[in-house]
Amino acid sequence: MASSSTTPSTQPVTEGHPTSRVSSGFASFWRQLGKFLLSGWALIFFVFLYLPIVTLIVFSFNESRFATEWSGFTLQWYGELFQNRLLGLALRNSLIVAFSTTLISTAIGTMVAVALERFDFKGKLPIDALLFLPIIIPDIAMGIMLLSFFALLNQSLGFVTIIIAHTAFNISFVAVIVRARMADIDPTLEEAANDLGANEWQAFWRVGFPLLLPGILAGALTAFTLSLDDYVVTFFVSGPGSTTLPVRVYGMIRRGVTPEINALSSLLLVASMILVVLSLALQRRSSRLNV
Amino acid sequence: MGNPAVQLTQVTKAFGEVLAVSDIDLRIEDGEFFSLLGPSGCGKTTTLRIIAGFEMPTQGDVLIRGRSMGQTPPFKRPVNTVFQNYALFPHMTIEQNVAFGLEMKKVDKAETQRRVGEALEMVRLPNMGKRRPHQLSGGQQQRVALARALVNEPEVLLLDEPLGALDLKLRKAMQLELKRLQSQVGITFVYVTHDQEEALTMSDRIAVMNDGEVLQVGSPVEIYEHPTSGFVADFIGESNMLYGTVYAVEGTEAVILVDGTVPVRAHTDYDLSHGQRAGVVVRPEKITLGNGGALLGRVEEVVYIGTDTRYSIRLTDSTTLIVREQNGNSDQVRLYEAGEEVSVGWSPAQAIVLVD
Repeated sequence: MASSSTTPSTQPVTEGHPTSRVSSGFASFWRQLGKFLLSGWALIFFVFLYLPIVTLIVFSFNESRFATEWSGFTLQWYGELFQNRLLGLALRNSLIVAFSTTLISTAIGTMVAVALERFDFKGKLPIDALLFLPIIIPDIAMGIMLLSFFALLNQSLGFVTIIIAHTAFNISFVAVIVRARMADIDPTLEEAANDLGANEWQAFWRVGFPLLLPGILAGALTAFTLSLDDYVVTFFVSGPGSTTLPVRVYGMIRRGVTPEINALSSLLLVASMILVVLSLALQRRSSRLNV
Repeated sequence: MGNPAVQLTQVTKAFGEVLAVSDIDLRIEDGEFFSLLGPSGCGKTTTLRIIAGFEMPTQGDVLIRGRSMGQTPPFKRPVNTVFQNYALFPHMTIEQNVAFGLEMKKVDKAETQRRVGEALEMVRLPNMGKRRPHQLSGGQQQRVALARALVNEPEVLLLDEPLGALDLKLRKAMQLELKRLQSQVGITFVYVTHDQEEALTMSDRIAVMNDGEVLQVGSPVEIYEHPTSGFVADFIGESNMLYGTVYAVEGTEAVILVDGTVPVRAHTDYDLSHGQRAGVVVRPEKITLGNGGALLGRVEEVVYIGTDTRYSIRLTDSTTLIVREQNGNSDQVRLYEAGEEVSVGWSPAQAIVLVD
């Protein structure tokens, strides 16, 4: 590089060199700064999102009753939590509701998805549009609607009404998730199965269903999480003896946030996160499988 | 025996108002390599799907080995299909894919295993059985799709543009491979393609389709040398179409006056009358330049394409001819230049009269 400066013809090149080095130096400075600012921004964003959560978890181990001061580490609140009979009952109720809801809404939602994706029938478009309604409708409206509906039917409030209410909105979530998966599956695969001697039923169970399964499981996990977490709708349609965990917790909070609630929230948080990660992993796995 | 492998009688298929296939009669003989050839949208794939049972004909019937298929669903028909995109089951191994048909027929485990092994051997993919489809190349997936169909020993194998997704070199290799497989297993192949060269290379007989109709059925030589319509002449290979009126007829030879001025001699299979409108088809490679041909034209364009040179010769104001001359021994080549006058001629037997 340096030797080329001896001949006049290459002089412009050597003259150009330092300037270009300076400008590239500037460019790299700005790039560095941009990178720094961007990662700083991302950091702030995550701190904003997760600081309250971290605080919550930290204070669930706080010896003091008050969230304003740290007085030492303890597992006392977790211990008390497991002793709390009312909370245990509420958790049991929540699990009963979540499992039943998941089972029913996954079965119905999957069938809806298959019908909408595979068959052509009259009224398909309106049904398709109506499917999204329970997803976008405000929870409070849904709760009031369901409550007046049950009142109209003279249905006493309890497990049945909660499960019906949860199923009502979860069908939509399951159907949308399963359908997204289904759109990725080549319809000629089931045709190929038919061609090889499988009837419609066999073709579905041997080819369609296994390919759909990750989507169905993802839908089921989503339904389970949503059912477990729901407060607003449940509040309207639950009756005595069927109080679910979120409803019970809200009742406790009205008498002040105790470290016990911090501990419970931490546990719920961890459980929800595991479910969400599982659901995402399933969806990713299934999209990889179809390459 | 005696029954054709596949017979279509007056098959029509309508999708709503649209006629995908209209009034088709076909007879595909036992052990034949039969191609359905045509441009996209001509109804060739629909015809194949009707034979497979994925579509039910609106009218007419499909007979396989003389047995009427009526409304028989695909899983009860003695045919298997190789799909354009292969349609291998992504969640199964290669072995499980190939074994699927036998499993559905409840063939016992030991025999299934033996036949799957043989099928994979036949398509030259041994030791691949434990892999998944996505771990294989396009060409290998193609072979698995073939093995999966052939392992069932179908009466007829249906292939829907199976080489469409492969690159040119692989396609050429697979054409030969398919031909070898077909003569090895002796199964009737019904092959859908839009590639006329592929159809000519591989087929025993070809049905040329357009707009849902079968225009001509015949051997590659018949289709190429004796097209019965302008469409077939144009679709199969390159051809020159000259339009004019009948001037004179002597037996099977006619003189057609092209553009009212140029008399052209050609072979005819029709009864022609003086003054009737007619067309003449001549293949570019059948035309000779120089050598005292009967017609005179002017060279407009010369394109050297390696083995051949392609000339564009203006005959009259509205008619140009495409001519292909082989570049043999370089000493003997006389390259004509653009603008040069040249005599053009062909043997009357090599030109064919068409009437619409």
